[in-house]
Amino acid sequence: MSDILNPSIEVEPFDGVNLLTVDNLTVDFPTADGVVHAVRGVSYRLRPGEVLGIVGESGSGKSVSSMAVMGLLPRTARINGSIKFRGEELLGLSERELMAVRGKKIAMIFQDPMTSLNPVYKVGFQLEEAVLAHNDISNADARKRALELLEVVGIPFPEKRIEQYPHEFSGGMRQRVVIAIAMANNPDVIIADEPTTALDVTVQAQVLEALRAAQRETGAAMVLITHDLGVVAGQADRVLVMYAGKPVEIGPVDDIYYKPRMPYTLGLLGSLPRLDSSRAERLTPIQGAPPSLLNLPPGCPFTPRCPMAQPVCSEREPDLTAVTGVGHEAACHFSGQLADKHAKDVFAGSADDAHIPAEFGAAADVPAEGPTTIVENAS
Amino acid sequence: MFAFTIRRLLASIPVLFFSTLLVFLLVASSVDPLEPLRAKNPPVPRTTLIAEGHRLGLDHPLLQRYWDWLTGLILHGNWGTPVQPAYHIADRLGTSFLVTFRLVIFSIICSLALAIGVGVLSAVRQYSKIDYAATSVGFLFLSLPTFWFAALLKAWAIQFNGAVRPDGPPIISTFGAASPNPPAGFFAQFGDDFGHILLPTITLSLISYASWSRFQRASMLEVLNSDYIRLARAKGLSRRRVLFRHALRNALMPLTTQVALDTAALLGGVVITETVFEWHGMGYMFIQAVQGYDLFPLLAWLLVAALLVIVFNLIADLLYAVLDPRIRLA
Amino acid sequence: MPDTTVTQQASPAPAAVEREFTVKVRTQREIVFHRYLEHRAAVASTVVLLLLILVAFLGPLFWTTPYATMTNDIQVSPSGAHPFGTDSNGYDLLSQVLHGTQRTLEIAVSVSLVSTTFGAVYGAIAGFYRGWVDTLMMRFADLVLTLPALVFAIIITDKFSGNTAGKWYFLALILIVLGWPACARVVRSQVLSLREKEFVEAARALGASDRRIIFRHILPNTIGSIFVIATLTVAGTVLVETALSFLGFGIKPPDTSLGLLVENGKTAIQDGYPWLFYIPGIFIVLIVLSINFIGDGLRDAFDPQQTRVRA
Repeated sequence: MSDILNPSIEVEPFDGVNLLTVDNLTVDFPTADGVVHAVRGVSYRLRPGEVLGIVGESGSGKSVSSMAVMGLLPRTARINGSIKFRGEELLGLSERELMAVRGKKIAMIFQDPMTSLNPVYKVGFQLEEAVLAHNDISNADARKRALELLEVVGIPFPEKRIEQYPHEFSGGMRQRVVIAIAMANNPDVIIADEPTTALDVTVQAQVLEALRAAQRETGAAMVLITHDLGVVAGQADRVLVMYAGKPVEIGPVDDIYYKPRMPYTLGLLGSLPRLDSSRAERLTPIQGAPPSLLNLPPGCPFTPRCPMAQPVCSEREPDLTAVTGVGHEAACHFSGQLADKHAKDVFAGSADDAHIPAEFGAAADVPAEGPTTIVENAS
Repeated sequence: MFAFTIRRLLASIPVLFFSTLLVFLLVASSVDPLEPLRAKNPPVPRTTLIAEGHRLGLDHPLLQRYWDWLTGLILHGNWGTPVQPAYHIADRLGTSFLVTFRLVIFSIICSLALAIGVGVLSAVRQYSKIDYAATSVGFLFLSLPTFWFAALLKAWAIQFNGAVRPDGPPIISTFGAASPNPPAGFFAQFGDDFGHILLPTITLSLISYASWSRFQRASMLEVLNSDYIRLARAKGLSRRRVLFRHALRNALMPLTTQVALDTAALLGGVVITETVFEWHGMGYMFIQAVQGYDLFPLLAWLLVAALLVIVFNLIADLLYAVLDPRIRLA
Repeated sequence: MPDTTVTQQASPAPAAVEREFTVKVRTQREIVFHRYLEHRAAVASTVVLLLLILVAFLGPLFWTTPYATMTNDIQVSPSGAHPFGTDSNGYDLLSQVLHGTQRTLEIAVSVSLVSTTFGAVYGAIAGFYRGWVDTLMMRFADLVLTLPALVFAIIITDKFSGNTAGKWYFLALILIVLGWPACARVVRSQVLSLREKEFVEAARALGASDRRIIFRHILPNTIGSIFVIATLTVAGTVLVETALSFLGFGIKPPDTSLGLLVENGKTAIQDGYPWLFYIPGIFIVLIVLSINFIGDGLRDAFDPQQTRVRA
């Protein structure tokens, strides 16, 4: 990369293996209707250069837990637990101390690129501002750095673009600018909160490529939050699956995809349409909706939607316990029963058209090729 | 930018034209300069009525009168025929306007400065005691009738003057824009002027301040909750920089246009304030014209008022274009 | 629920814990109502306003002293026979205030009702049809809007001298004519965005007529704004009407208005009869303040983004 930036003063190798350690993080929001338990005990470790994918539905608490890391939650939020960056506790730091961390050590990318940039300032200004906030360099050097960054994320004609306003950029380009801002000071951790959710599929690829470039250039570890399993499969080293404010499964990406041990994970994988299947199969959606975080009944929150639910599930919420291999944990009383099971073994197909054979959409006995909606057995 | 301005200017002309037409029709049919003569007792002879009507041009159809008035004004600079021949419309308009202008500008500056300060503070400290206090006070000011408050200030000032300096000239003047025999010396003069402008300014500023501070608070709150402010904080910028460079810059935009639009609406407040404090400005001129059934000064006054409204609307549009690049470069 | 291989009971026993629908469902009306009740100032103001209305309209049934009959008690301070005192003509101030409040409220409410209704329909039509219809309609509305209300009210009311002098419905009519564009503009801008929503397309696909779409689908979604505007228009009209009466262009004697009472009492403080000045003014402030709080409460209650957090 360039040496425009001031050299990091603390080049000391830190003791301990983990860059970011989140330990039993809980976040509560008092509202007019009661207390919303948005995050109910999240723990994970992030190593340098590692990509952790956090997956879950809307309302599972994935965004809130990341905002807690940056200290960007509203004042009314009640946060407990521990978030340690390089061994230093982040919760409870003053605003001034947090300022030194944000944008420099830990950077964040938000979901909606259309509203993430200040509309009245040029893009170049907003990039340079990020650099100048943490480095004592001249304006000319900051501008050089800004041009560099735009090139890395793949914005064509950076000298022209740097003088333009955000509304002159498309959504995908704006998101790439946001990525450029995030990597401006070579942070150690980049948190990407649903970076591609608001974008078309074709643009998603460009943004993900920019994200990869950012990671390459800065060597940063990344927390990639999304509800899209396809995005996670291509990018992550480890995956954390969240449901109703708590992690329900965590492990290396291959383990999660090929050896899921929690019914929710299974269900998620089963409801994905795949292009590369050779047989016509049904999707197995998960019936029902996530519970309200306001009045959570006791026991496992997935119980009403879980085909394997037993009385014990309504009584006791399962803890994360080790399953198949190193670093693979699942929170289910019956994770053992899920070995070698696939979604269609556990979940029923969608009921309304159950009487129509699955092969109805494809030619009989001919392996379907090309884009039909079919589910493949993961082998 | 230049093209934008020209376009808006050109668009304003038909508006001005229709505005004057509507105003003329409305006013000319409501205000009859012969009214006081008709109401006299013993009644005035018919010949006098006809002669007076002819002098004032009242014996023509309405539309023709409009045309005559409009062409007379644009082509010849003729403002029309006042009831009193000695009344010089253009001069009167000029002096009245200057008097009112002084008051209005001073009042806008005061209420704007206060409104922005209080609005931002309330937004940043939302739901705090300061916020509640400021909001309550704002509501109270919004609910005060201008005329009652003006009379109240006047009465209190008279008592204050009587208590502090019973035998000398009043410290806080309760009528007139200036003293007939102003004291000598810069500071004394300044003090005297200030004493005269104090009460009318408070009166006129009250309602503007109340509505602008609420507006600014709402605008600031909306901006503070936006994504780009969140990103600015995530960049590690200081709170001060986020607040003033990013938030305020965006939050002030709607307010500037609102102020430009509200300024024209201050006219009503001006009428009341000048009436109570006996300032001889636009408001006073207006009331006099209405009470005297004086058609042409009234029309002249309304034309200037309409022009002011249009000019301020134009300023509002231009301001927005200057401040918001999305509009400027569209 | 479609039958799947779920192991849930088909008909839950009475003691079964509800696991899925754990938050009470509320109708729109209930939500708005409950949110309104949380706004303490608005609730208090509602009570105050209702009291004022009751007293103003039913009071004269009990306090039968006429408001326009001279008595021999000239400028008496508040006491038994005259709880608010009397003025220079010996008129009883309490009856005057009651009657004036009646008059002021009648004008304000009727102006608000008519101008808001007309303005809302006008704005909805303009916003729905867009194109030249909208341009024409809104240009006209803007034109009316450029006429400063107080100024033009003064000019026009003067025309109605003679028998109709100060008759309150003419005053109300003038204020309606000057006031409707405000509501029209707000409703129009809301309708402009609402008409792009999918539910309008859906209604159209089902064959709904324009009229049905406007009145049954779009306008009900603007109800919140309309209520707020209607409320604030009442407050604004009270202020304008009392100002007009104060200046001598509104309600004229023998009828009375709170503004007129203030005018009568404007030198009362210096002259030593402060009640003649303070009491009518305080009534105006009370009315307008409570209406403003109610309007604020309504605005908060209808605003879907309101998340007032109890610390």
